[in-house]
Amino acid sequence: MSIESSVADRRFTVDRQALIASLRAVLPEQALLVEEEEMRPYECDGLTAYRQLPLIVALPADEAQVQAIVKVCHALKVPVVARGAATGLSGGATPHRDGVVVSLAKLKKIISVDPVSRTAVVQPGVRNLSVSEAAAPYALYYAPDPSSQIACTIGGNVAENAGGVHCLKYGLTVHNVMRVRGLTIDGEIVEFGNAALDAPGYDLLALMNGSEGLLAVITEVTVRLTPKPELAQVVIASFGDVRQAGDAVAGIIAAGIIPAGLEMMDRKAIHAVEPYVNAGYDMDAAAILLCESDGTPEEVAEEIGRMTAVLEQSGASGIRVSQDEAERLRFWAGRKAAFPAVGRMTPDYLCMDGTIPRKRLAEMLDAINRLSEKYALRCANVFHAGDGNLHPLIMYDANQPGELDRALAFGAAILELSVKFGGTITGEHGVGIEKVDVMAEQFSLAEIAAFHRLKAAFDEHGLLNPGKGVPTLARCREYTLARVGSATSPRS
Amino acid sequence: MQTNLADFIKDTPAGREADAILRSCVHCGFCTATCPTFQLLGDELDGPRGRIYLIKEMLEGQAVSQTTQLHLDRCLSCRACETTCPSGVRYHRLLEIGREVMEERVPRPLVVRATRFLLCEALPRRWIFRPAVAIGQLMRPLLPAALAEKVPLAAGGAARPWPRRAGHKRRMIALAGCVQPILTPNTNAATARVLDRLGIELIEAPAANCCGALRYHLHAQEKALDDMRQVIDAWWPDVESGRVEGFVMTASGCGEHVREYGKLLKDDPAYADKAARIAAMTRDACEVLAAEQEPLAALLRQAGADSGERVAFHSPCTLQHAQKIRGVVEALLTAAGYRLAPVADPHLCCGSAGTYSISQPVLAGQLRDNKLAAMNAASPALLVTANIGCQTHLQSGSKVPVRHWIELIDERLNVGA
Repeated sequence: MSIESSVADRRFTVDRQALIASLRAVLPEQALLVEEEEMRPYECDGLTAYRQLPLIVALPADEAQVQAIVKVCHALKVPVVARGAATGLSGGATPHRDGVVVSLAKLKKIISVDPVSRTAVVQPGVRNLSVSEAAAPYALYYAPDPSSQIACTIGGNVAENAGGVHCLKYGLTVHNVMRVRGLTIDGEIVEFGNAALDAPGYDLLALMNGSEGLLAVITEVTVRLTPKPELAQVVIASFGDVRQAGDAVAGIIAAGIIPAGLEMMDRKAIHAVEPYVNAGYDMDAAAILLCESDGTPEEVAEEIGRMTAVLEQSGASGIRVSQDEAERLRFWAGRKAAFPAVGRMTPDYLCMDGTIPRKRLAEMLDAINRLSEKYALRCANVFHAGDGNLHPLIMYDANQPGELDRALAFGAAILELSVKFGGTITGEHGVGIEKVDVMAEQFSLAEIAAFHRLKAAFDEHGLLNPGKGVPTLARCREYTLARVGSATSPRS
Repeated sequence: MQTNLADFIKDTPAGREADAILRSCVHCGFCTATCPTFQLLGDELDGPRGRIYLIKEMLEGQAVSQTTQLHLDRCLSCRACETTCPSGVRYHRLLEIGREVMEERVPRPLVVRATRFLLCEALPRRWIFRPAVAIGQLMRPLLPAALAEKVPLAAGGAARPWPRRAGHKRRMIALAGCVQPILTPNTNAATARVLDRLGIELIEAPAANCCGALRYHLHAQEKALDDMRQVIDAWWPDVESGRVEGFVMTASGCGEHVREYGKLLKDDPAYADKAARIAAMTRDACEVLAAEQEPLAALLRQAGADSGERVAFHSPCTLQHAQKIRGVVEALLTAAGYRLAPVADPHLCCGSAGTYSISQPVLAGQLRDNKLAAMNAASPALLVTANIGCQTHLQSGSKVPVRHWIELIDERLNVGA
């Protein structure tokens, strides 16, 4: 991906002074950042490999201000990039050189929590974890739990259709959202979905989930709350060989068990998190599996027994079951902190997000290890193993010339392999700017053209988050041409 | 994170340290979630990740203005972000380096420099601060509300006498401190009475005045180092003679700073070793008591006091984030029969933060009111903390008394005595 072809293109001609004057007319003075010094920290999100100074940053405090900004941008044909907590790893909130970054961090009210209908209405800047905190007095919680749940916000969760360790059993964001309210690019307030489970017509609510800011700017979300299980326990199994761990995952699912979470970490990931979290992970293991059961105490006891049996049969060298809630949380804390903890081992990393059929996990791990040697870059592996969602963390040093390019090539090779194995290029992080080129690996030109028609139905001038999510047809052709004859598969 | 530090700092010790810290940050944004100012203001520039970026830009040679200054000034240095950070970013050191460069780059208006000078000169000197407070308190009813709130109120219980020397074998030194003996004189006295019951004689070295934290955080580094040397000079004879076994800190803000003496004075050949030794012998009062768990439990049983009084505890940032002491005071209070009221967002700063309540009054006031609301949610009889700054700052907005936790232990031991 080149930044010039996505968020630094010169498709838009914007009169910056006129734009500032128009925005000043509708916003309080402190709601606009226009100096380079104050806009620099907004030049990237969690994917720091791509950075682009925006034209302007706006910090609206309510929906009316968001609407005013969008209307001005629509009238002046200025790109709009919505930004939540900017924890995203695919560059979904990377600014556009001629665009306005609209930060929704100030829209952070929890409007209501309804324990009877088990829903909460929240603004887009509400942090994922604070929804669960607000629901806790009613013994409810919000099930999707991305690793960044302490910081990431609901608007971004919907935009990226975020997942998390509990999504294997409780579904992704799309399965836990009842209603999305937002603004179309012409500033009209629209609502998708409602309090009922089904609605006539096309399921536009589902379309909003994972739309990556390309179709609307989200201003309010109704989420579904889930009753807290009476008990949850997690089993940690150590394996001397990653292949055994991969096979154990397939074994658990094949046995008809749907764990509340089924996660895998390899040795490098374990060594990154253990010194920080002191979770008690087995530092000698080649890989560990975290396998959670929740429900009534009887259900949990029975399921933990079945899980343990499968894990033992698969060759686990050690098995531990959390004995209380504090220990369970500690076991998970290591997994949740895995990405940034890898920051202790390397100055920079790329976090990949491919998915593959579960039965090919072990094969994929072998292939990644070979790629790691080929590109001479270390790679720690953290997987949502239960749903085949891979998060290889490719470590590099951006201060060393050439390392970023090698890391990007390494990442692209993993994604191509994911598609080849019958999987996809993204499981939950979104396409963003990072994977926009690789979309051509996944979809035909006709399919991409259909995506463009859908986008045009919402945003005919392409002002919402340009350069993300769906590549232009020209770039798809370039990508395909560049790939012809350059087999990147490490298959031996 | 990628870095490209400018020539002016690249090859200096500070530059190398800053570069290493910047490189350890992966920009994940977890820190913003627990940053008090980001929670209030919702601007990337008012959270740790944004400040790190501003510092990076400055150290990479970009022009800086009052904008960077404002956002760095708004940082409380509470270090909640360090507790949250999974990558181990030593944010406070980067901030110190960044602030030092910024002081050179962006001049302050005269009125700010004058205020800082006054704070620097007056607060650490008891002979100025004591009469100033007395006059302020006398005038308080006549002052406009905004100014009246600035006059520090005495907090905590009435000062009861120190114990008579009992000739204990074990002896420890408490830091007399600068503002604490004037505003909350009962804190050290209560500590002395509790330790006396545990067979430890607590003494003060009158020449040990301010620990140096005050001036250090007001960018008067040289004066701060002098304060530290003065404390070391006052304490060293007792260290050398083996007369005392350690130093007890009753203000977690001072405790954090004294524990850094070794690092702060490492380049002073005359003091480096002494500083490191003293830092290593320094404990917060709660650690000292926790180490005496069994005899303390016996004394509490003997006193037979268990009122079940409900109290809300605010753990100062210098205790929970900087010194990473968590749950210790809480356990002591529970052991002494107090019921701890739940406090939401216990990781958040109360807004006191050294002289922050003077330099950033609006934010400090919002943080204080939020903290008080969280502490009072379950209607406790008392509010409790572990640092003089937090205690007086909270008291300035609270009708419910704000005490130092050691006073509660002291009272429990003396029930029926």
